[in-house]
Amino acid sequence: MSAPAPTAEQAPTRRRSSPRRRARRIRLVQYAVLIVLVVLALFTANWPQIIDVFFRPELVAATIGPALFLALGNTLIYTAGAFLFGLVVGTVLALMRLSEVPPYRWIARAYIEFFRGLPAIVVFIAFGLLPIAFEGMTIPWDPYGTVWVALGMVASAYLAETIRAGIQAVPKGQVEAARSLGMSSATAMRKIVLPQAFRIILPPLTNELILLVKDSSLVYVLGLSIEGYELTKFGREAAQSEANLTPLVVAGFCYLLITLPLTVLVGRLEATTAKAR
Amino acid sequence: MSTPAPERTRPRGEDVVVVSDLHKSFGSNQVLTGIDLTIRRGEVVCVIGPSGSGKSTLLRCVNLLETPTSGSIRVQGEEVTDPDCDIDAVRRGLGMVFQQFNLFPHLTVLENCTVAQRTVLRRSAGQAREVAQRNLEKVGLGERGDAHPAQLSGGQQQRVAIARALSMEPELMLFDEPTSALDPELVGDVLAVMRQLAAEGMTMMVVTHEMAFAREVADRVVFMDGGVVVEDGHPDEVIGNPRHERTRTFLQRVLDPTHVQAGAHDAAHAARHAGDPAPGDVAETPPTPDHH
Repeated sequence: MSAPAPTAEQAPTRRRSSPRRRARRIRLVQYAVLIVLVVLALFTANWPQIIDVFFRPELVAATIGPALFLALGNTLIYTAGAFLFGLVVGTVLALMRLSEVPPYRWIARAYIEFFRGLPAIVVFIAFGLLPIAFEGMTIPWDPYGTVWVALGMVASAYLAETIRAGIQAVPKGQVEAARSLGMSSATAMRKIVLPQAFRIILPPLTNELILLVKDSSLVYVLGLSIEGYELTKFGREAAQSEANLTPLVVAGFCYLLITLPLTVLVGRLEATTAKAR
Repeated sequence: MSTPAPERTRPRGEDVVVVSDLHKSFGSNQVLTGIDLTIRRGEVVCVIGPSGSGKSTLLRCVNLLETPTSGSIRVQGEEVTDPDCDIDAVRRGLGMVFQQFNLFPHLTVLENCTVAQRTVLRRSAGQAREVAQRNLEKVGLGERGDAHPAQLSGGQQQRVAIARALSMEPELMLFDEPTSALDPELVGDVLAVMRQLAAEGMTMMVVTHEMAFAREVADRVVFMDGGVVVEDGHPDEVIGNPRHERTRTFLQRVLDPTHVQAGAHDAAHAARHAGDPAPGDVAETPPTPDHH
């Protein structure tokens, strides 16, 4: 503990501020700053007002009802359908990207770059205008069909690149083993490569599902009827009519209700696949 | 491409593999420079040689995992380099065992042995399972059908790989250094299975560094070096009494490991100190082998 004053010769290995001591001091400073900030927040903020604006109890109670559940359900249906659509199209695009026929590679590349570069909301606006631009044109299962295709097209571009990376991450020996057993390259892809590729990309895939849950909030630009509201639109409308943010906060918590279990689920899946790899 | 032999004479019904004037290069690197080799039904042929001699490439050319640059390979009468050849059909008759096992990690041991039977041979689930189980028992792993490959030791994995190949009921088994990736104490189990297969009359082409195995089990030993077959004959001749200097040098290194170690050390030492001006590191010169 005693720290002799550093002399000129000792300078390179000054004992007083050894890295470990310095790290400890920095840690203590960090705690101190945190405590000061918390105390400041506790005493300066107007808590009753904050609670009144964001968490007014009677509004929480009023918001939790059939309309919220409908919106929550819609968000889930929009996301699930778009994700499925995106997975199928994304897998096709990924296979096209790896095709030995160059035009297929170019087409896939162009599609991916186009939809990745475009803000999702632009795609939604375009889809919202389709029935006007092409008179009488409808996509079946309105409004779900439109949302699935619009959101799914954006998702497929991202998913395609992830799936391609997964396919390429499967060791070459796996294909060799499959082909050596007489499997055609299509069978080897279907039975051996793709199942492993999807296991490998499970974590990024979930990330994209979570992003998609949030992107589903963009469907408001399609101009949906009340039965088609998803969480964000629902929360926004309710917040506007109450002139209070509480409904929006409740809607926001519903997103966490979806995404947090998803994160936990993926952790589990990763653990089980790790065992099987 | 050399013109494929026009005469379609089915070679005596005995020659399973006929390789003639096979060349293979990767870019400017010529790996095989004119290989001639015949494997007859029931024969066990061990291919030995220093690393980089092209023996694995030769094996991989036989089931077209590598595409030959030129030359001809006939497998059971089929010219596999012919673009019209149905390579999937040829491969069905060839079992391949890899150095790195290459089991399918997402499938159980049993599924590893059934997936190709189901998809390629279109066998029923029951029949495929029965065949797989029989072969797993043969390699001593009848109890481990429900395990995943990752739960098995390297030696067990390699035996599953053999069972997987056998489940397709091949005419010829190709082994690409099947014991090279194994811990020494696990090599024996795999070799025992291979010995048993040989005893049952399976036609086998084995690339290996296991000289004792080659000498004991092989009907013929092929020594390759520099992309050509240097010697091809009975194991007692090729291993016991090699005629070529290159074979002798190779065998001396393999059979007398201390020799190799000293040599390797010398080479590594020389490489490490290639740029050293001062020769003053006497302490690091290779010690004389002190064990035994």
